[in-house]
Parts: sequence; structure tokens; C-alpha cells
Amino acid sequence: MTPPRKKKLNLKKRYELMTRGLDWETSYQKMDDVFPYDTFEGIKITDWSKWEDPFRLTMDAYWKYQGEKERKLYAVLDSFAQNNGQLGISDARYVNAIKLFLTGVTPLEYQAHRHFAHLGRHIRGVGPRVAAQMQSLDELRHAQTQIHTISHYNKYFDGFSEFPHMHDRVWYLSVPKSFFDDACSAGPFEFFTAISFAFEYVLTNLLFVPFMSGAAYNGDLATVTFGFSAQSDEARHMTLGIEVIKFMLEQHPDNLPIVQKWVDKWFWRGHKMLGLVAMMMDYMLPKRIMSWKEAWEIYFTEAGGALFEDLSRYGLRVPKYADIATDEAEHISHQNWAIFYQYTQAAGFHTWLPSDEEMAWLSEKYPNTFDKYYRPRFEMWREMEAKGERFYNNALPQLCQTCQIPMGYTEPGDPTKIGFRSTEYAGERYHFCSDGCKDIFENEPEKFSQAWLPVHQIFQGNCGGADLGDVLKWYHMDNGIDNMDYTGSPDQKQWDAWQSARKRVAG
Amino acid sequence: MSIDIKTMNVEPKRHTFAHVARRLGSDAPASRYEEGVYDVQATTHFHYRPLWGPELWHFDEGRTAIKMEDWYLFKDPRQYYYGTYTIARANMHQTTERNFAFEEKRDMLANIDPAWREMIVNYLIPLRHFEWGANMNACSISDAGYGTAITSAAIFTAGDRLGIAQILSRIGIVLGSGDGELLDEAKKQWMEADTWQGIRKTVEDSLVLKDWFEALLAQFLVMDGLVYPLVYNHFDTQGQKHGAAALSMLCEFMVDWSTEHNRWVDAVVKVAVKESDENQALLSQWYRDWRDTMVEALSPLASMVLTEGAESAIADVREQLDVRAGKLGLTV
Amino acid sequence: MAGIVSITLQNNDEARPVIESILHDNPSARANYMPGAVKIDCPERLVVKAESVSERIGRDWDPQEIHLTIVSMGGSLDEDDEELVLSWGA
Repeated sequence: MTPPRKKKLNLKKRYELMTRGLDWETSYQKMDDVFPYDTFEGIKITDWSKWEDPFRLTMDAYWKYQGEKERKLYAVLDSFAQNNGQLGISDARYVNAIKLFLTGVTPLEYQAHRHFAHLGRHIRGVGPRVAAQMQSLDELRHAQTQIHTISHYNKYFDGFSEFPHMHDRVWYLSVPKSFFDDACSAGPFEFFTAISFAFEYVLTNLLFVPFMSGAAYNGDLATVTFGFSAQSDEARHMTLGIEVIKFMLEQHPDNLPIVQKWVDKWFWRGHKMLGLVAMMMDYMLPKRIMSWKEAWEIYFTEAGGALFEDLSRYGLRVPKYADIATDEAEHISHQNWAIFYQYTQAAGFHTWLPSDEEMAWLSEKYPNTFDKYYRPRFEMWREMEAKGERFYNNALPQLCQTCQIPMGYTEPGDPTKIGFRSTEYAGERYHFCSDGCKDIFENEPEKFSQAWLPVHQIFQGNCGGADLGDVLKWYHMDNGIDNMDYTGSPDQKQWDAWQSARKRVAG
Repeated sequence: MSIDIKTMNVEPKRHTFAHVARRLGSDAPASRYEEGVYDVQATTHFHYRPLWGPELWHFDEGRTAIKMEDWYLFKDPRQYYYGTYTIARANMHQTTERNFAFEEKRDMLANIDPAWREMIVNYLIPLRHFEWGANMNACSISDAGYGTAITSAAIFTAGDRLGIAQILSRIGIVLGSGDGELLDEAKKQWMEADTWQGIRKTVEDSLVLKDWFEALLAQFLVMDGLVYPLVYNHFDTQGQKHGAAALSMLCEFMVDWSTEHNRWVDAVVKVAVKESDENQALLSQWYRDWRDTMVEALSPLASMVLTEGAESAIADVREQLDVRAGKLGLTV
Repeated sequence: MAGIVSITLQNNDEARPVIESILHDNPSARANYMPGAVKIDCPERLVVKAESVSERIGRDWDPQEIHLTIVSMGGSLDEDDEELVLSWGA
């Protein structure tokens, strides 16, 4: 054998050689035993080799680019800590948005790491499997960089310190947790549809882009840096999402109804969960970048419109109830903030009423709804506060069996009437906030009837005791420190002390 | 506005997260490894039983027969979190990249005896499939493992094994015409040649294991612990007699990586053995079973490459592994 | 809004030559500046040419370097040694 003349390979061919051929058809064990999970959902794949890899990233290139991103990110984090970057934020109220993020979102990044490892092992096709493995690594990156970024805030502010403990227990954190548990307990193709497509491709821009821009506006250099750095991985994740959808639809016509049902389900699940982000954008950022409604228009109505038009050639239609979700973009942030205001005693972050200036901004951004439905309520609460009668809701709320949010949402077309739906399953009655959530339950009643509903659990005595003090202890929430209004909180006292010290020094 | 922060009182209220402080025993500043790993995995109040296997929660201690009081005892001696991991690998691979460039510039692989080139295609390049099997096992462990300490290190290992499979693929490409035809030849070896069938069967058997810790022991301790010294030490030494010095350079990554990998594997196995007599007995049983199977599986490959030296080489790697396992507290 | 593809990049020194190249090579592209990021929209198809970026930075630019600065995208992507293309219906 003599050494032959060398050819230069192009990227596509090189990637294919280095990756695709690694796999083999097992013969000592049945392929169905090696890959036991990728058929039970009914998705038919006839030819995995038809999978196209859009990013042809070999592992060495992955290490190189990701290592470079990490070097830059940690340099910023170090300098942020050394220079007491927390003093540069717009206002300490801002930090509450980060509290919600660490307790609600970061544990989901970890779950995503785990479940992409599951897909990276169990999907029969080599192309998507490698993409899923890289995403598993990326998601671990996101969890860890978020913890490392927020670690500095934890040193100076309350509400961060018990984030994993709280994530597993606190009533509103069961909203994001159950969302991800739902995806991880589904089959691999549903998970791809739920997380890679519906969440990463259709909805993630609504979470990250406004959140990071908001951080930039509010002087939070550390969060902007981790946010944008994390987002640079999202292009790969989004691409995986859209490729999987197209692949399923191209492989077999029988896949369409299954995929459509998943798209409908996960769009609605995502919309409800992102209501927490809506509230954060409209109420929790001292300096606002855009309203939730504007973000919805750019990232769902426009971008989603182009996407679903493209996918219509496969017969896939816009998710069911997309029109209702768009109507709700006028309401959801106001309704959610009102829920947290009423239950501030059991929240792991601080609440407040919008100032005059902030209400003027909300009126301008929500000309159809804010003055008519929400301003009067906030003004009434403000008067009660002035009289020393701050309103607390001491009755535990009923939760929606599917999205697990307290039933505070109004009927489509009638913002004065709270929506209630219910259905019966196996002799029990289950309650929902909307038709979307009820449909999801009715499609999988066996699954959704299992939900660990925090309020039910409190009533059953599984959460430390019967009164609020017991439950807070069980949450590891420090009463009077982690919860309640921003005004009067230790966070506020400390911030005000810093501000007056700055004035003295500067003056 | 620039301000003199020294004149202000900016004392931290706490130095780390409460769950980390509980583990460290006090609220002392914690490392990035500790904050990025400890207790990050959810442990309770899961909502729905998996449709793909309703017997267990998706995170469940019951996915292995090994029992641990605290799953965060599986600390990584390298203290890898994502940032330190990717930066370490990017640096390692820079050397590999330089070695490939150096080799290509001087066409050093041309110095290898033609018959030995053939041998390399038959013994080294098929290992890309062995690495792919290892990648699958590493993913399984990251998927089914319990606690961030093990799942994070496992997914890093999955990345490592894909990376190594790709380095082997590159060697196959540069050894040939640059068109990858030798990769097909090597795959044919893996699929059909008698030399490889015992190894392929052992790998496939490990892919259907239901117990993630058994997969860890079988793959990372036993299979890797026999294959790496045999191939990158014994086979490589044999290659020196056939002008294959350039090949050793291209395999440097695997040699360095394996030293590091062993340190992590040993730490994990040692902790599990120490936890209880039950663990020790089970792990020892697994060790002996997989070792005997793999030693037997590797013999035809060793005979092909080393001919008369095969038996002593196999005995040597087996002996070394037994010594290592003994130090970890296993009964060999 | 049919057929608009988009790419969002960080608005920093590293991304600037990429942004310039895109705007130069895609005459119908429009840039929208946000704090920290730039969203570039373009009807139907948007191309990032390695050659254009390389000219601006005085060295060979590998299209995979886009991973360092990309924030988000809309459309289907294809990448090879010479260029990166976003389009619908690919």
C-alpha cells in the first residue's frame, strides 16, 4: 500500500466522514433494544440518512469556539465582581427579575442538559444525536454560567440563596417545573417538538432577547454578557428545532397529525409559562425596553407568521388558539403582576405597585386595556396602602390543573370575567384556566391528573404545615426578608444606604 | 460618575448559596465548581411519570443498584465545570492541530512501512466505532445518572469520546487519499473481521445495560482500562519498529486524555466502593465479569498486531488493571 | 410579513465587520439596533459571505466564527466553507 495523493475535503464532506459513519447497525443486540424509546410515539422515520446537518461543527471546533466564549464571559464576571458591579444597576427593584430567573429558569437549563443527553443517546439517527449531545453540553453551560453570574448578586441580595430547594417546592415555581417535567416525561420526538421547536424556535426570543436587552438597559453588565453569550448557542438549538420538524413531516404523512397536536399543545404551554416573563418585562424592569405586547408582535406575530407560512407546505398550520394568545398579550402581564401583588407574602421576590410614571408608560403601551381594566385596580390598592390597609389575599388560590397558574385569567373577549373550565376524569373533577389548558388535559388525562399541585399539597398537609409561617419555613423562605413588598425590605434598606453613601462621596 | 467604593460599606450578606454552605459546613466563599454542581438537579415533587418508562421518575436514584447516601460524593478531581472543561480541551486540541499540520507538511506518514499502514487501518481506525460506543455509554450515564456531579462529568466524557472518534477519523483520512475510503475499509473490519467481533459484541452488550453505574464500570474502568494501554502503548511500541513515529504524535491527545480520564474514573469508583459492602460486592462482581469478557475479546486483535508478543501484552494490561482495581477497593 | 428572514448579532467589535458585510452584500437588508444587539431583516434570503468578512478583517474568516457573535435567527440555515445562507423553503 503506497501513500496516495492528498485531496482537500470541503466542510460538508469532511463533517460527514468524521461523524455520520461512526454509527453501525448492531447485530449482537437488536437495534430496538439499543434504541428502545424512539418508536412508541408513532412517529415514522423511514430513512435517517436523509437528515441534513445544518451546522457542521466537529468536536474540536466546538471546544475551540465554546472555550473562547467562556474565556471572555468569565473575564467579564470577574471584573463585575471586583468592581462591585451591583452598584451600577438602575435600581435594586431590578434584582427581583433576576431572582425569578434563577429560581424559575436556571433549573430548567439543567433539566434540558439531562434530557438532551437522553436524546443524544436514544435517537437512532446519528446527525440529530450529535446535535442533541452538543445541546446537552450547552444547556449545562447555561445552567452553570447563570449560577456563576448570579452568584455575585446572591452575596448582596436576598431571595437567591435557596434556589434549588425553592424550585422543587414553591407554588409559582411549579409552573416552569411542571412545564419541563411534562417535556422530559414525553417521548423523544415530542420533547424535540416541545423544547427544540415550540420553545427554542418559536418562543425563546421572547424570553432572551427582551430579557437581555432589559438587563443592558438596567446596567446589569454581568447578565447581559451571560445572556448574549448563551444566546450564541441558541442559533444551533433553533436550527435543530426546525430541522426536526421538517424531517418528521418529510419522512411520513402519518406524522403530520401527531406533530400538529404537539405544536398546538406546546405553543399553549409555552404561552402560559412566558406570562411570567411578560410580567417581568412590563412591571419588574425599572427601565423598560419594550412592552410584552410589542415583543409578542415582533417575535411571535411577525417571525412566527413567516415560519408557519413556510411550514404550511407540509400541511402544518398555525398553532390552535394562537389568536387567543395574541389577544391575551394585552392582558397577561397585568393579571400576573396582580396575582403576585396579592400573594406577596408567599413570593420569593419583592413586589410593588407601579409608580405614576410607570402607569403612564403602561397606558401608552396598552391603550386598549390598561386604563380601562388594570389602572383602577392598582390605584385602589395604592389608596389602601396609603391608609395602612395593604391588600393581601389570604385565601389559597385554585390552580389550573395543566399550567398550574392561579385561576386569575379572564375570558377571551371579556376582561371582566374570570375564565373557568372543568372536566371529569376517573370520577374526579379537574379545573382549568382556559380552553387551551383543558384540551391539553383531555388529550392526556392520565398524565395531567398526576400533577403535583402546590395548593392541593398544602391542603393535604404535605408542605410543612397549615399556616403561612409553616409553609414559608418549608420553602426555606425567610419571612420579612425574602418575601413581601420591596418597600421596607432589607434589599431596599441596603440599596438606599449605598445610594446615600454614593451621594456623600460624589458630593 | 466615578465613586470611591472603598469609602462605602459594601459588605456581602453571605458568601455562597445556602445549599452550598450546608455542604461546606459554613458560609465560606465557594469555588465555581462547587456552586455550579452542588444540588443543581431537582430531587423531589416531580409531576408526571415518564411515558417512556413509568416505573421510575425521570431523575431517580433507582436507575442503578448502587446505593449512595449522598450522590455529590462523586466529585470530579479535575473540578470541571463547563468553562474549565471546554478551555482545557481547546488547549489540548491546539497541540493535536499543530501535530496534524506538522505531519502533513512533511508527509511523515509516508515513512511508515506499507504493510504496517495496512495494519493501522485494521487495528486503529476501527476504534472510532469503539469510541462511538463509549460516547453512547457516556450519554446514557449523563441521562440516567443521579446528581449533577456525575451527569456533568459524563456529558463532558461524551464530548471527549466524540472528539477522539473524530481524531481517529482524521488519521484515517490523512493515511488514505484524503477521501475517506479507508474509513469504509475500517468499518468493514469492525462489522465483519473475526478480530473485531468479540469487541463489537462486548460493546453492543454494554449498550443495552439498564444500570448506569454498571455501564460506567464496564466502559470507563474495564474496557477503556484495557484498550487504551494495549493500543496506545503496546501496539504503538510495535509500530515504532515499522516507522510509525508520526502516528504516535497524532495519538498524543488520547494518551494525555486517558491519564486524566482515569483519575476521574478512579475517584468515582473508589467512592462507590467505600460507601458500603453491598456496593463493593456488586461492583467487584461486575468488574470480574466485564474484565474476563473484554480480555477474551481483545486477544484476537492483540494476536493480529503483536503476533508472538500478544499473550504477554494481554497479561500485562490485565495485571495492571487488576492492580488499579485493587487499589480502588475492588475484589479482583 | 411573509418570507422575511433575519439574523441577530451582538453589537460589538467582533461582529461589526460581519454586520457591515451583510448590509453590503444584501441590499434589501435592514438593520434594527437594540441595546447590545442588532437584528437584521431581509426579504426571502440573506447571505453572509466569508470573502466579504475576510476583506474587512484582513485575515481568513471561517463562517463557523459566526458562533461567537450570533444571538438569534429566523429562517433555515445552510453553511459551507464560503458562505452562510438563511432562507425559507430550503
